[in-house]
Amino acid sequence: MEKKTVVLGVIGSDVHAVGNTILDYSLTNAGFNVVNIGVLSSQEDFINAAIETNADAIWVSSLYGHGEIDCRGMRENCEEAGLKDILLYVGGNIVVGKQDWDVVHKTFKDMGFDRVYPPGTSVEEGINDMKKDLGIA
Amino acid sequence: MDCYLFIDFGSTYTKVTLVDIDKEEIVATDKAYTTVQTDVTIGLNNALDRLFTKVKDDVRIVKKLACSSAAGGLKIIAIGLVPELTAEAAKRAALGAGARVIKTYSHNLNNSEVLEIKNSDVDMILLAGGTDGGNSECIMHNAEMLAKHEIDVPVVVAGNKSCADNIVEIFQDKVEYYITENVMPNLKSINVEPARETIRSIFMRQIVNANGMENVEKSISGILMPTPASVLKAAETLSLGTKDEDGIGDLAIVDIGGATTDIHSIGEGAPSRAGVYLRGLEEPLAKRTVEGDLGMRYSSLSVYEAAGSKVLKKYLDIEEYDLEYEFTKRHEHTSFIAETDKDIRFDEAMAKVCADISMKRHAGVVEEIYSPLGTILSQTGKDLMELPYVIGTGGVIVNSKNPQAILEATTFTMDDPTSLKPRKPEFLIDKEYVLSAMGLLSMVDKSMAVRMLKKYIVKCGGNTNGIKE
Ligand code: B12
Repeated sequence: MEKKTVVLGVIGSDVHAVGNTILDYSLTNAGFNVVNIGVLSSQEDFINAAIETNADAIWVSSLYGHGEIDCRGMRENCEEAGLKDILLYVGGNIVVGKQDWDVVHKTFKDMGFDRVYPPGTSVEEGINDMKKDLGIA
Repeated sequence: MDCYLFIDFGSTYTKVTLVDIDKEEIVATDKAYTTVQTDVTIGLNNALDRLFTKVKDDVRIVKKLACSSAAGGLKIIAIGLVPELTAEAAKRAALGAGARVIKTYSHNLNNSEVLEIKNSDVDMILLAGGTDGGNSECIMHNAEMLAKHEIDVPVVVAGNKSCADNIVEIFQDKVEYYITENVMPNLKSINVEPARETIRSIFMRQIVNANGMENVEKSISGILMPTPASVLKAAETLSLGTKDEDGIGDLAIVDIGGATTDIHSIGEGAPSRAGVYLRGLEEPLAKRTVEGDLGMRYSSLSVYEAAGSKVLKKYLDIEEYDLEYEFTKRHEHTSFIAETDKDIRFDEAMAKVCADISMKRHAGVVEEIYSPLGTILSQTGKDLMELPYVIGTGGVIVNSKNPQAILEATTFTMDDPTSLKPRKPEFLIDKEYVLSAMGLLSMVDKSMAVRMLKKYIVKCGGNTNGIKE
């Protein structure tokens, strides 16, 4: 079967690079074609990368607490750019401090993210979900 | 004596350069008006007649090589998918091949865009789109559109390899096409060399159709390339050297012409400071940018527009001139030669503006991103801060009494604090106009080209002993 393509990056002015490297490694090992755009990536960088590479999913990481602001409007922007059914996942430390997870989860779901992960989520969990969502599990 | 003969068919002049192979020196150079309207060999023979009146010894020409920018040079339209990605990569590949990029298109073309392409007088189209295995709809749509409108210039296809076969099917028997490697095989890297080579080989075949070129083609030894491509080749050769001959390292060339200003830079352009994050498309080691709005004559009005009085004031006492009049005069009389002190000062100031703005556009920028931790620096484009050499070529610089002052306009100042322009480069001059000839020479004997470039590219204000003291 043809490899599925995932665009991976850390959004906004965020420079936390360690998790990104681990995600790249694990996704590649799991058989995905990983397009890693690295840290300091804007929504536009994610979207442009997904267009050119015909990606199936976008994995957004946000570690420094400003995830909500950085991710706002991302689904609409994807649609605007013609990325109709692309999967949008987000994880890391997406909001500041310890907030009520149900609220955070809902906020990001409402923003159009297909999967929203709390701090400390294992990579495997995300990968299993994606296999399900892409119908390759 | 055994010699190489290098020919440069320019838009105005056909220049010839005779090189003594054993002594590795220029025996003589000369020029005559280019005659594209009738037969280019007339102009070439005029130039050769003049050249050979100066040469006393018996000359045996071992090889003849030519480059050309006659008849407007090589005009290309670049097409890609995302403007900042494959469309930009296609544009860079075309520029590196020595082309004038008339326009760049992105995403799915519509009918009016294709009509615009069809009605333009381009020589070639570079069609990209999608990384390998990535998006294929766009490039296929665009291929269909080009085929539907029966585009009658060659199309170089340098996009997603996975749909090469489909494109062959679309173009078969309808469009002249050449499939080459993707300009952006994967997102983080660009691959401009194969597209450049393909463009060059088509150029060779095409230019032969120019008036009289078939006669030239028979007599030259095969290598014929766009003049800017041979200048870029010379720059690369001088910078990188060969395994026998050391290059001089990173450098930039500034070429201010009547219509455009070209900057060629050779160097990775990696951040010169620690802790800087790189953004944007990968930069080609040998990079050429062309500013179509910066030139001494044809583009003088747009120089005025690009500079505004703010930049002009840096280089000129603007109270002394009727600016409107001066720029228009140069635009309307493109063969105008500055003779009075006042006109010369004006031309030199214009040249400084061209040098300043073109380097600003060529060099990268560094932006500060504020975070709770403090500022983070992110760089887009090449960092040329520590660039060791800036080389000037072209009439305005070479004939200037103070070429250094013009070249200094390419350097970093606090007027553009985010620019990564060279800070303290050494300035060199292509006094004998050898660059295009040396680019051709490097196609046959690279080490010799390195040695001759070192000999003939001289320090600003220095003697003629070349780069090494
Ligand atoms: C190292 C570090 C730094 C280094 C980063 C060096 C670098 N270039 O990578 C430096 C010193 C630069 C730094 C700076 C800052 N940091 Co810091 N940093 C850390 C630290 C200690 C470790 C991060 C790390 O590498 N973890 C290891 C990796 C493997 O884990 P991870 O990044 O979480 O990624 C994993 C998972 O989250 C998950 N994941 C991530 N994304 C996604 C996406 C999906 C879809 C899925 C399924 C899973 C997933 O999988 C990853 C792999 O296992 C954390 C605290 C911590 N222990 O987590 C703070 C931390 C992230 N930093 C924090 C902060 C606040 C900052 C600063 C704003 C200021 C500061 N106090 O230092 C700046 C911001 C700079 C900037 N603009 O980005 C906070 C964030 C708070 C918040 N979100 O509420 C943390 C949590 C510390 C804290 N408890 O306060 N930091």
